[in-house]
Amino acid sequence: MPDQLLFAMEVTLNGLMAGVLYALVALGFVLIFKASGIFNYAQGVMALFAAATLVGIMDGQVPFSHLINAIFGTDLHHFGWHVPALLAILLTVVVMIVLAWLVQRLVMRHLVNQEPIILFMATIGLAYFLEGLSDLMWGSEIKTLDVGLPQGINETIDQITFDAFGYGFFIDNLDIVATIIAGVLVIALMAFNQYTREGRALRAVADDHQAALSVGISLNFVWVLVWSLAGFVALVAGVMWGAKSGVQFSLSLIALKALPVLMLGGFTSIPGAIVGGLIIGVGEKLFEFLLGPALGGATENWFAYVLALVFLVFRPQGLFGEKIIERV
Amino acid sequence: MKLRLTTLALGAVMAAGPVMADLVFPSLSYRTGAYAANGIPFADGYEDYFTLLNERDGGIGGVPVKVIECETGYNTEKGVECYEATKGEGALVYQPLSTGITYQLIPKATADGIPVHSMGYGRTSAKNGEVFRNIFNYPANYWDGASVAIKHLLEQNGGDLSGKKIALVYHNSAYGKEPIRTLEELGKKHGYELMLLPVDHPGQEQKSQWLQVRRERPDNVIMWGWGVMNSVAIQEAVNIRFPMENFIGIWWSGSENDVLPAGAGADGYKALTFHNLGDDYPLYDDLKQYVVDAGKAAGAGDQLGTALYNRGLYAAMLAAEAAKTAQEIHGTKDITPAMMRDGMEALVIDEAKMEALGLPNFGPEFSVSCENHGGDGRGAVAQWDAEAGQWNMITDYIDTDQEVIGALIEEDSSAYASENNITPGCD
Repeated sequence: MPDQLLFAMEVTLNGLMAGVLYALVALGFVLIFKASGIFNYAQGVMALFAAATLVGIMDGQVPFSHLINAIFGTDLHHFGWHVPALLAILLTVVVMIVLAWLVQRLVMRHLVNQEPIILFMATIGLAYFLEGLSDLMWGSEIKTLDVGLPQGINETIDQITFDAFGYGFFIDNLDIVATIIAGVLVIALMAFNQYTREGRALRAVADDHQAALSVGISLNFVWVLVWSLAGFVALVAGVMWGAKSGVQFSLSLIALKALPVLMLGGFTSIPGAIVGGLIIGVGEKLFEFLLGPALGGATENWFAYVLALVFLVFRPQGLFGEKIIERV
Repeated sequence: MKLRLTTLALGAVMAAGPVMADLVFPSLSYRTGAYAANGIPFADGYEDYFTLLNERDGGIGGVPVKVIECETGYNTEKGVECYEATKGEGALVYQPLSTGITYQLIPKATADGIPVHSMGYGRTSAKNGEVFRNIFNYPANYWDGASVAIKHLLEQNGGDLSGKKIALVYHNSAYGKEPIRTLEELGKKHGYELMLLPVDHPGQEQKSQWLQVRRERPDNVIMWGWGVMNSVAIQEAVNIRFPMENFIGIWWSGSENDVLPAGAGADGYKALTFHNLGDDYPLYDDLKQYVVDAGKAAGAGDQLGTALYNRGLYAAMLAAEAAKTAQEIHGTKDITPAMMRDGMEALVIDEAKMEALGLPNFGPEFSVSCENHGGDGRGAVAQWDAEAGQWNMITDYIDTDQEVIGALIEEDSSAYASENNITPGCD
């Protein structure tokens, strides 16, 4: 088999894996948009906040220690214990639920029936607030995140492809884990939506707020639920991306990777986020491989948006989005 | 009556001698945003050194130092706003820790007569002081960095790089593109092939670049990164099992922040530096006594001894020494920005001075002149020891290829001079 074809196959596989990571971020956007029509600008910062909280809990860091020390002249930094990863993840989930409740209680509840642009602006404010809160609680230094996820080349795939083609493919173990987790997450979310009472309430609110209210569904509860779910998805995305680069401010920028995925997959479809992620991941990686060198490289960022725009021209609601029908 | 006497006494004291204003050193820092993790240690080191001078020596030449901190967020527009907001306070020198901000300040500061010191960053050809009268970039610049990296590789390969393939993984920005021309020229001279791999901001996703490295197997990788790009690149290099000892970063890719996320895998990674590392210097004893233990440390006081803290400390030390030189030249303690510029242009750093400052073997010896605002351009190579969690200098300070760099600086600065109607000269 020609080398270029082998390389293209390797790039495609890696593109699929990268696409799963993009989809993980996009999922959080979809959950909130589907249930409330809010484009949550803060989703990327939620990933940063969740990952920083996880590391802080694992390391036994005293939250707000810099602030406490500055006010009271103390020298507090750590509690002196280390929390096992699984327990720390559970505690972080609790923190994200509390955050969801606070967001609903202090912000969203007061903006019911406002224009979508107002709600969007509120999430911009929330994003900047969370950025500051994250720095204040856990500090802005880069943190190492180790929850025991494997990283590095997958030896089995390397060996199998080497035996078959004479060239071993590189697939990162972390990407494989992310793919499995994303798959489980999507199945769990779809099952939750389809088969649980809360999931049905969520779908009812997504279809029609007023009708849902009239049959006794609590809008407040549904919104807390959906922000909690988005917080959980943000935690998963934060762990996956944070394991690659350390937990640092740039995690909040991963939202930029989710936008073309949403444009392509639609803002209201969970499978759309996954399929959109895969198309963007493969598309940008293959484009970089085939034409990047001729164009000076670094094509991925802009090509993802070009690809999404091409899809938008033919299907404005995205591949899996609900069809836009305007009745006069 | 008592009030009148007090007023008279106060008037007499004021008339007896001139009032000394503080020596103002603005700190254009970034403690927030994407690059805060790097901006904080530098800003802390910069401020702590001046705090030490105030607490221990009563300032510089007996005149207290005032540090005015202004948050730029590593944003060029905010950096310019900070400059405009602080220049009226009597600012003696600006060190913005950003190539973008430096480029914007070059014409402004030149017009205002305030010196800018872009140490290891900024516009490389500012080394030509005959064109850039107010801009300084000693002790080393980006092109020196490229040359130090190549010289180190030459040394590792018995003086011969012909037929070798060297990849440059760089931040796809003006900063990241700085070394390309130098590396290309050095490639012609030494016969290696240069492979260019740009990474878009912020650099969180670099799979394509490192798959290409894996496919094309360059002998060495040089990195020109900043922020998250560095840690992701090092992790990806670990993932594809690229030998860490063949991977060299510029000094802005050589902090603890860059290597710690990759854990043990980062062991052996190399980075350039133009100052020494760690905290085993007598000056640190004074820092602990007068600054940290006295509760006057900047920020959280937890950055002492890190690579970027030391760089901030070094930047402040060089500013203070230039201010002392200016005081000596002009015979006054109360110096102006123009006098500070003269002090910077006459700065001489030798080992005896460094030892007297409590920083023996901390930086290279160099001198500045009107023709040469960039010092001697020497740099060294440090290597990360993951087990010990520290950087170790593994070379002496290496002389750079001034034959190649000098010609490039002449070409670039001449173009700037003709574009801006500047007549080069030292008068």
